[in-house]
Amino acid sequence: MRSITYAQAIREATEIAMDQDPNVICLGLGVDDPKGIFGTTLGLKEKFGGDRVFDMPTSEAAMTGIALGASLNGIRPLMTHQRLDFFLLTMDQIVNNAAKWNYMFGGNSSPMSLVARLILGRGWGQGPTHSQSLQSWFAHIPGLKVVMPTFPADAKGLLLSSLFDGSPVMFLEHRWLHNTVGDVPAGDFRTPIGKAQIVKEGTDLTVVAYSYMTVECLQAITLLEANGISVELIDLKSIRPLDWDTVLKSVRKTGRLLAADTSNAMCSVASEIVATVTSECFDELKTAPRRLTLPDFPAPTSPALTKDFYPRAEDVARIIGEMMDKKLDVSEIVKARKSPHDVPGDWFKGPF
Amino acid sequence: MTESLDSTVPYHELLYSMIRLRAVEETIAERYAEQEMRCPVHLSSGQEGVSAAVGACLGPKDMAVSGHRAHIHYLAKGGSLKRMLAEIYGRQTGCSSGKGGSMHLIDETVGFKGSTAIVGGTIPLGVGLGLSIALKKTKEISVIFLGDGAVEEGVFYEAANFAALKKLPVLFVCENNFYSVYSPIAYRQPSGRKIHEMVKGIGLDSHFGDGNDVVATYKMCSSAVERIRNGEGPVFLEFETYRWREHCGPNYDNDIGYRTEREYLNWLDRDPLVKFIAWLKNNDLIADAQISQMKEQINAEVTEAFDYARNSLPPKAEDAFTHLYSKGGKV
Repeated sequence: MRSITYAQAIREATEIAMDQDPNVICLGLGVDDPKGIFGTTLGLKEKFGGDRVFDMPTSEAAMTGIALGASLNGIRPLMTHQRLDFFLLTMDQIVNNAAKWNYMFGGNSSPMSLVARLILGRGWGQGPTHSQSLQSWFAHIPGLKVVMPTFPADAKGLLLSSLFDGSPVMFLEHRWLHNTVGDVPAGDFRTPIGKAQIVKEGTDLTVVAYSYMTVECLQAITLLEANGISVELIDLKSIRPLDWDTVLKSVRKTGRLLAADTSNAMCSVASEIVATVTSECFDELKTAPRRLTLPDFPAPTSPALTKDFYPRAEDVARIIGEMMDKKLDVSEIVKARKSPHDVPGDWFKGPF
Repeated sequence: MTESLDSTVPYHELLYSMIRLRAVEETIAERYAEQEMRCPVHLSSGQEGVSAAVGACLGPKDMAVSGHRAHIHYLAKGGSLKRMLAEIYGRQTGCSSGKGGSMHLIDETVGFKGSTAIVGGTIPLGVGLGLSIALKKTKEISVIFLGDGAVEEGVFYEAANFAALKKLPVLFVCENNFYSVYSPIAYRQPSGRKIHEMVKGIGLDSHFGDGNDVVATYKMCSSAVERIRNGEGPVFLEFETYRWREHCGPNYDNDIGYRTEREYLNWLDRDPLVKFIAWLKNNDLIADAQISQMKEQINAEVTEAFDYARNSLPPKAEDAFTHLYSKGGKV
């Protein structure tokens, strides 16, 4: 199989969908600019023309509604936002229209569909209004679907599933994943929305993670294994609907849960997982479930302030050590890291 | 009314439509006290001229969206009366299967794509329908019904800008009835600024008319629809009109202090239906017998539709848990 980046996988899925269905359109601020949304939309306008791939006015609220309105006449809009934070300007269209349309008309309407690609992240001074992980805002609303793929193959497979789903799908991409590389099947293939994946099987403790936190958790596993701790790592992929069967089955087996999240703790996906697991598996639990999240503060900007702000692999290892009653030396994870703490790798030179 | 006779104006169709719209709204008002219609209703009595005129200019494939005061928009576009009333009565035969109520009406068989409760919320949807028509290169137009309050919402400017930018086949029909709930327009918009003039500045072909003069309104709409179909881009029409009854509900509220009885009576003198009938008779375009026949036919239809709604079964309690996602989108 070929290896391509997460960004290339997204571009490939978009191209396949647009090839397959002339009703698929791609719009968003900068979709046809020289940078092409971190490379994910490069060349699409040249191939499919300006009617189907177009830049838009700086009008997030109306443009989202316009995409939704077009979908009522059979158009399948793919809309990109370089920062999720700007998408907040259109919450009315998302919450009152997109999420409700099918329900409030009793299924008597055409499908109101939209795939909103929203990019979030961390590091390089993105700061308080350019990096927020607000997936739980969307996940709170019945009628929306929320996906957050971690691996390039899932980015492609979930984007294709989302584009042909017929529902409003919030497709959240972590900026630190765009340059990650993975095996991605060629051609049209679909990753089902609402199915989690056991990335690594284990027996002592279940880690439920998603998006970029799955990557940090994977980095912690080598050290944990070396210390005789067998971790089962679940990558959620979809936040709503959430694959409770896979989560509960795993925790029933291991008796321990760590939920790792990219967002603040209060009302987070991690909180929901801890609550549900505690209610459903209380008797099987060997220790109190834990969450690993951002501090309940806005994200600061200066690298000096972000040094300990974002949870990383060493935090995953440290918490799991505490849960297993083992004192672990996590310093080798830190030592092995070659790039500064505020970039995903040496490839990242800024500016955003 | 000062209009000259014009063989292209469907006088009888307009009259029939206005009598029918008035009859439906007034019957809802009459029966609301029975406590069987258990949802808010925003009635349009007094505003029939605009809906009747717009409806007569559109074909069944043209599309329309509206807001919270949408009964007569839906009906003028051809929406099923029975299913609308069944919806207001909360029945499973309702146009939204009981999930929407008076503020969420839909009848896609005639192009009525939906009305919703958030002021301005459907404006971008209507522009999006216009975009879809442009992408598919078909001949329909998209109509957006909005009020004077909706032009104060940010999405209105954003959506109007995009419609102008792409020259989309969109007709904005703005009914200025001077009040947003109980807030007079003078408290909300600068004095001396006219909505239709401001909208011209956004780049829309924008005009103003008396919404209580159905013939003039029809002519303006008909010419706008023709320009839009010819690919000349979006048109915005502002019509002055007045709602007689309270913002929400079956009663009159001229006594609560936000508007005066005198203002209401002045508008009652401008009743679009009474004015139109007088004008038709003056021009020998209709006889009393014909009007009686129309009323008889309409009363029979309205009675039958109310019976249909009241005799329809309510949905089952567990139906509250269906239709979360569209059929194509089930997991």
